[in-house]
Amino acid sequence: MRGAKILLESLKKEGVDTIFGYPGGVLLPLFDEIYNEKQIKFFLVRHEQGAAHMADGYARSTGKVGVCLATSGPGATNLVTGIATAYMDSIPIVALTGQVATSHIGNDAFQEADITGITRPIVKHNYLVREAKEIPQIVKNAFYIASTGRPGPVLIDLPKNVLAGNIDEFIYPDSPDLRGYKPKYEPNKLQIKKAVELIEKAKKPVVYAGGGVIASSASEELVKFVEKIEAPVTTTLLGIGAVPYNHPLYLGMLGMHGTKYANYTIQDSDLIIAIGARFDDRVTGDVKTFAPHADIIHIDIDPTSISKIIKVDIPIVGDAKNVLKELLQEVKQIRHPEWIEKVMQWKKQYPLTFSCAKEGLKPQMIIEKISELAGEDAIIATEVGQNQMWTAQFYKFSKPRKFLSSGGLGTMGYGFPAAIGAQVANPDKLVIDIAGDGSIQMNIQELATAVKYNLPVKVAILNNGWLGMVRQWQELFFGKRYSHVDISGSVDFVKLAEAYGAKGFRVTKEDEVEKVLKEAFNIKKPVLIDFHICEEANVWPMVPAGGSLHKMLEGSELA
Amino acid sequence: MEKKKTISVIVENHPGVLARIAGLFSSRNFNIESLAVGETEDPSTSRMTIVATGDELVLEQIIKQLNKLIDTLKVIDMSKEDYVERELALIKINIENKNLTDLMHIINIFKGKVLDTGSDSLIVEITGNDERINSFIHLTQTFGIKEMVRTGVVALTRSKKQKE
Repeated sequence: MRGAKILLESLKKEGVDTIFGYPGGVLLPLFDEIYNEKQIKFFLVRHEQGAAHMADGYARSTGKVGVCLATSGPGATNLVTGIATAYMDSIPIVALTGQVATSHIGNDAFQEADITGITRPIVKHNYLVREAKEIPQIVKNAFYIASTGRPGPVLIDLPKNVLAGNIDEFIYPDSPDLRGYKPKYEPNKLQIKKAVELIEKAKKPVVYAGGGVIASSASEELVKFVEKIEAPVTTTLLGIGAVPYNHPLYLGMLGMHGTKYANYTIQDSDLIIAIGARFDDRVTGDVKTFAPHADIIHIDIDPTSISKIIKVDIPIVGDAKNVLKELLQEVKQIRHPEWIEKVMQWKKQYPLTFSCAKEGLKPQMIIEKISELAGEDAIIATEVGQNQMWTAQFYKFSKPRKFLSSGGLGTMGYGFPAAIGAQVANPDKLVIDIAGDGSIQMNIQELATAVKYNLPVKVAILNNGWLGMVRQWQELFFGKRYSHVDISGSVDFVKLAEAYGAKGFRVTKEDEVEKVLKEAFNIKKPVLIDFHICEEANVWPMVPAGGSLHKMLEGSELA
Repeated sequence: MEKKKTISVIVENHPGVLARIAGLFSSRNFNIESLAVGETEDPSTSRMTIVATGDELVLEQIIKQLNKLIDTLKVIDMSKEDYVERELALIKINIENKNLTDLMHIINIFKGKVLDTGSDSLIVEITGNDERINSFIHLTQTFGIKEMVRTGVVALTRSKKQKE
């Protein structure tokens, strides 16, 4: 059996039903096999970066491992941004790359790039396959590594002669062969006991939950836990959806563009219970002034996340779901009426609001409208920048795995291909990318992919003619010296949509918003909606980079 | 406060493992003082002895990050063990117009070996811990050190002693 066939058979053993990719010279033996393949659906993208983000969107929306494929050299390097995005957000993907024949490696051969070397710092692990017979075990290991412990991307580099090579018999191994890799799922009992003591003693506890809660499907346990100990709960960007937006104890997102009440609660708390979150600088602001009175219990499956930024008092290494189950069992019911009243007072006093002095649609209103019309099962991807932060603030998420956004790496151009990947995995769901006019142009070529496979993804472009988040920083911190952020008049998005064979709308008036959204949601093909929004709308509130969480800026238009 | 730590890492004897370890130190901005690699009693594994510096949190992070690598089988924080460590240095010392008796005296004190003698210099082999080698270098600097190479520290935990 040919190496290429062994690869496909191995992927099928791992339950792979979808590959996003792009062909190339060294991959010819593999594409020759894919030509006959019935079980795995192949999606031909227009740029390999799109394939990596699609695999990511597929993974985030389902919890399964996403798979992308690219040829050697430039194909492989084009995956890099997508792999780094998945790495920073702990998303399980397996990236397959072609490589020049083993006899040519190191010779600067045509389309040769040392992709295992290039990706080493941005993968959980990677492999260069040297012989066809190694393929089954390496595939087994790769999927196991990607999907267990703290998930992450794994790359398998496949030289041409390995794909073309023959072995007599295909035997797929039952288990991975990884003697150095044993993720720890079960928490240490003593640590649980110490945590329970601290929780029961605390007067002003707060739970700070991140993407780890979603990765371990622990939303239900999280909600039960915060109810049992009566603690307000805030989430990171990646934790959005872990707690329903309308839960009385939910404070929305914390950090740089978090709600004032979430940040005040953190700063005033005497105990932070961090679950599957990593004290990112966008969350903590100035570490020295972060939660000055609080003890910290940190629950994470990755020991390196613990005490990396802030020294914690009680580390608990384990899977969020298992740890929460243990805590729920051990902790007694607690009530903090005074604390809750104080937090609720902040919640009432400092709600998220918006306005814009200039003409144009208010972007936050558009997001609220989408939220209202799309239903709680809709999957929302965002790009990066103002569009992302407004979505995090104003979209009402009720369930996990409905919000796809590049948090750690902050990859502009992520949202649209991620939405396509999510649509492939969820053919019956409404999938919407909330974009900016800058970000959408970074992977706009994938409109061809969406049209070709009739994937009815909707893109809501919040078009202000600026690279809005950078412009906002220039306005606030660089005396309005708008250096290279004006992208007005880039393209006619309606005509662009039509040119690709998609549907385009332009919305400039408030009373058209609802009508167009309803119409778009009913069209069974990709739709681009160009919303002309208020040019200088900003994201408020804001903690300046490196500032203290309780010192939040607010726009003059809010005053 | 900056501290120094000797860490033993048992890793899979695979191609690319050294690059993973070295890459980890550079990409995470960790300070590495020395790194020695070699096969162990089990040819499928290698042992890396790393001397790293940093404050307590950084050193803890280094150990965790080393553990996190898929190819890492075991990380031993030697500072928490009773262990012996040795380093070997080859030092080419200038002897032109110098008092050889003085030099030989120093070499003898340090139980050094003269491996090569030339008309203007000789090569001395010194083994010992880091401190010992540093003091030898310090004492012979007045002669003029032409070239030097150090292996980096290698270390093993001590065998269990019988109960008295």
